[in-house]
Amino acid sequence: MKKTINQVIFAAGALVLWEGLALLRLWPPYVFPTPQGVAESLWTGFADHSFWIGIAVSMRRVAIGYAISVVLGILLGMLLTSSRFLEDTMGRLVLSLQSLPSICWLPMAVLWFGLTEKAIIFVAVTGSLLAVAQATKSGFENVPRILSMAGRNLGAKGPQLFRYVLLPASLPYLVDGLRQGWAFAWRSLISGEMIFVTVGLGQLLMMGRDLNDINQVFAVMVLIAAIGYTVDSILFRRLETSLRHKWGLATAASK
Amino acid sequence: MTNYVLDLIGRSIAGGRALPEHEELPDGAETNKDAHADVTALHAPAALRKECITLSGVFRSYANSRGSFTPALQNIDLEIEQGEFVCIVGPSGCGKSTLLHLLAGLDRPTTGEMAVDGNPIQGPGTDRILLFQELGLFPWLTVRQNVEFGLKMAGVSRDEQRDRARVFLHMVHLSHFEDHYIHQLSGGMKQRVALARSLALRPKILLMDEPFAALDAQTRDMLHDELERIWKETSPTIVFVTHNVREAVRLGDRVLLMSFRPGRIKSQFQVTLPRPRHVEDSDVACLSKDILGQLREEIDRSFNAEYASEEDH
Repeated sequence: MKKTINQVIFAAGALVLWEGLALLRLWPPYVFPTPQGVAESLWTGFADHSFWIGIAVSMRRVAIGYAISVVLGILLGMLLTSSRFLEDTMGRLVLSLQSLPSICWLPMAVLWFGLTEKAIIFVAVTGSLLAVAQATKSGFENVPRILSMAGRNLGAKGPQLFRYVLLPASLPYLVDGLRQGWAFAWRSLISGEMIFVTVGLGQLLMMGRDLNDINQVFAVMVLIAAIGYTVDSILFRRLETSLRHKWGLATAASK
Repeated sequence: MTNYVLDLIGRSIAGGRALPEHEELPDGAETNKDAHADVTALHAPAALRKECITLSGVFRSYANSRGSFTPALQNIDLEIEQGEFVCIVGPSGCGKSTLLHLLAGLDRPTTGEMAVDGNPIQGPGTDRILLFQELGLFPWLTVRQNVEFGLKMAGVSRDEQRDRARVFLHMVHLSHFEDHYIHQLSGGMKQRVALARSLALRPKILLMDEPFAALDAQTRDMLHDELERIWKETSPTIVFVTHNVREAVRLGDRVLLMSFRPGRIKSQFQVTLPRPRHVEDSDVACLSKDILGQLREEIDRSFNAEYASEEDH
């Protein structure tokens, strides 16, 4: 409760400060947005459906890209844990490729797929796939040995052991990885959309710049952050909290 | 298989007697078997008293950091009868746990033969269930789901899973906690969940690795009583590893003493004290003292070895 009050006070204070700075007119209006201007821009954007379309298009892309990343990333992560050789070779490759910003894949994607939907989804996939794979790998590696031994001892083997012991045992790590993967997928997609002109939030952002409309730029930035945050907190944080609670990870008393 | 190399002690002890040199019975020697059964039929019908676990010449060694092999178990020859309660004591590092892991099929011997009812042990099997010292309960499942786990793996119907879980949870007095998660239970309750989970599979052999080591004395006493009662009700063969000699004498039909690295069976004691026993009984204390005397030598050896290896490093 106190947390919520603090957050409301902070938001109100920030708005007042922002409005105050805007009223001082230290910078020309095309450089410095005003709260009303941004609100108006959001209003018109939603009224003429351009923001709705942008959101729908971007969300669809991120959904497809993220789904591909999750499936391939988990498979890749499992593959990496399955053998020492793969871990030493491919594991290193994955780590080094992870330091490559996902937007660096765009030129390659355009050459491969042309200026198509596929290219932009490819960029979102490259952004998150490796993060998911890495988290899956560490998830499986962190399964306490005692749990897999207990599973085998109680008659679980092969696919059963995987489905009923290893998978649930690594779930807290997997959820963490899926959450990171989502954040990366979303960021990669938006940066891809900015460079590569198509419908979508990234393009709306660039359109704001082209029109010298600082209010639209701000409005779209607010939207992008809001969507990223909402998915993260509604979906993943809730999943994580309930998981931690159920497993007794929140209370230090469990083994 | 007559090379039964046991370092038996040749003197009688108060409340227990040293075993005579054990002789391997040739297969099909009916008269011999009957004679053997007559002697050992203490509380089970003669027909049920038969060999359940047989180990012969079991060695297990592990590669160490210096590139050579450390022997963990050396030349273990052991026969355990069906329904027998065998306790194994020894200093830490004597390979007690290794022996249980081998029996559970979670580890393989370097050389040697291990069989249950004459069938070689190939891997894990639900006729032999190991209760780990760390329990290994699944935190993502409720108490009842933990108990049902083995049955689910075995493809038992959902109704039967539930019924059997209820029976065994009742047996360990946890009926009211079936929907709790593991972290919501106390140490003693977790132990009982692990016990119920193992019993639900109705194993012929229950392997227990210092299951009560981390518990307070009161809880341990209570669990001793429960374990003894459950053993009488369901009559599995139990191999119980502990470092607590009194616990071993309190529970076992027979106590095996293992030597420090490499682990060998140094001596064994038949415990003929009437049940129910209690850890505080003077007879239990008396026999324990005797076993402890021998255990002490092994503990001293283990300490010396630890100091020696510290100087190495």
